[in-house]
Amino acid sequence: MMVAYQGANAVSNKIEINSLDLFYGKFQALKTVGMSMRENMITALIGPSGCGKSTLLRCLNRMNDLIPGVQVKGNVRLDGADIYDSSIEVAELRKRVGMVFQRPNPFPLTVFANVVYGLKVAGIRNSSRLKEIAEQSLRAAWLWDLLKDKLDHPALDLPLDQQQRLCIARLLAVQPEVILMDEPCSALDPIATMKVEELMMELKKKYTIVIVTHNMQQAARVSDFTGYMLLGEMIEFGVTNDVFTKPTKKLTEDYITGKYG
Amino acid sequence: MSLIGEKGVRRILSITAFSAISALLLIALFILTEGLPFIFRYGLHDFLLESDWDPQTGKFGIFPMVAASLWVTFGAMVVGAPLGVAGAIFLSEFVPKSVMRVVKPTIELLAAIPSVVYGFIGVMVLAPLIRTQLGGPGLSLLAASIILGIMILPTVISISIDSIQAVPQSYREGSLALGATTWQTIHMVTVKAAKSGIIASIILGMGRAIGETMAVIMVAGNSVRIPESPLDSVRSLTANIALEMSYATGLHRQALFATGVILFVGIIILNSIAIVALRKRVYKK
Repeated sequence: MMVAYQGANAVSNKIEINSLDLFYGKFQALKTVGMSMRENMITALIGPSGCGKSTLLRCLNRMNDLIPGVQVKGNVRLDGADIYDSSIEVAELRKRVGMVFQRPNPFPLTVFANVVYGLKVAGIRNSSRLKEIAEQSLRAAWLWDLLKDKLDHPALDLPLDQQQRLCIARLLAVQPEVILMDEPCSALDPIATMKVEELMMELKKKYTIVIVTHNMQQAARVSDFTGYMLLGEMIEFGVTNDVFTKPTKKLTEDYITGKYG
Repeated sequence: MSLIGEKGVRRILSITAFSAISALLLIALFILTEGLPFIFRYGLHDFLLESDWDPQTGKFGIFPMVAASLWVTFGAMVVGAPLGVAGAIFLSEFVPKSVMRVVKPTIELLAAIPSVVYGFIGVMVLAPLIRTQLGGPGLSLLAASIILGIMILPTVISISIDSIQAVPQSYREGSLALGATTWQTIHMVTVKAAKSGIIASIILGMGRAIGETMAVIMVAGNSVRIPESPLDSVRSLTANIALEMSYATGLHRQALFATGVILFVGIIILNSIAIVALRKRVYKK
């Protein structure tokens, strides 16, 4: 099941990050980070609060662009093309690299309007087409049976875990290639968390997933690769099993054995 | 000793707070006792919907003034609402926070300019412009609408900005992360989420326009007639009270108070709608 990490060239890297520096004003939040994300694999980013894992994640769809005073150096390649190149359309990039947020953030619209939002943005108006994709997306997020009779209900009335899966469904509707998840389960209870994790295992068949998590057990359960970050640096990156059972760095070992963090 | 001081302060504050409320109640009571008997005697229907206003012969139909007030308010909304809402969107979504911190209070200062100054500018600049460019007497429904449209801008902009900024950032992020442009995010998510607050801002602006007196007297022309075109000279309900108050006696005086009742009720209704709309502006974070 696990692809040998050394055979890097045998499997394609969906995303490659090379010596990435990021500054919030004068504060350096990422320090020459380098790593890669395999296609159809789940890569987890772990580390204590403020280590830069969310910042790194938000570099991958350029959400950091929204924060005034952010400066990025180095490069991030998606299928070999630098996403910070001036020729890149950010909106197009974000259609390819979608994001699920920490707090479920459905729009204050109906369930249906949420699912088809990305399609409407992309200019699709044909209503039978919209319905068809909405059904596919809700099915893929395991919500269709629950919500097929509630499509015109306000999305904010749903329970939190359904809201979060609705956010995943509305992302799937735009057919991204990569799904970024920023602590997607931190607002959910254990059962809802389990459902989302199972969903991730299903989704990785079609998508490349990068997840930031506070929860080391979660990283161990779902991910194929794990990167451990501390104070803006990538301390250790490798096959999840190796990182958790035989870390090469003392800092990693201390963190995963709970000595700090 | 300090405990007595505490109690004393409390008592003084409660008296001041109570006096503000009692002032409101007394004014309401006064207008109602002066105006309501007239409305009952003359008939609400005749009073509101008859077009003859001739106090000398005992004819008190205020319909021309009602129509004028409604048209002027509507005109102010047509001028002020799009400008105000567009301005609020621009300031809250496109301008850096630091600029916004300077510009918003500046716009709110517009509300501090006395209405007589607005009226003066209307008389000296706007009315001649309308007279020469569009015809008519110049002092007109159109002039009043434009002046009032500008006067309601601070209300519309300020409350709209507050409600747009109350929209959680997570909605915007969610939209942008799905590949929406800034503009798509604004009109498909942000403005929709801020809708009730924006509507409230417009309604409060309308309340301000319908109650404005001085500027309207100066620029509207004050002819008692049902307006047929925006260039007609009109007299609003407020202007009618202010213009005739000084010499009105008896029934005439009561009729003016009754006009006040109508205005009072109208503005209370508008403000209540706005308050309900603003209360709906509670988001799940």
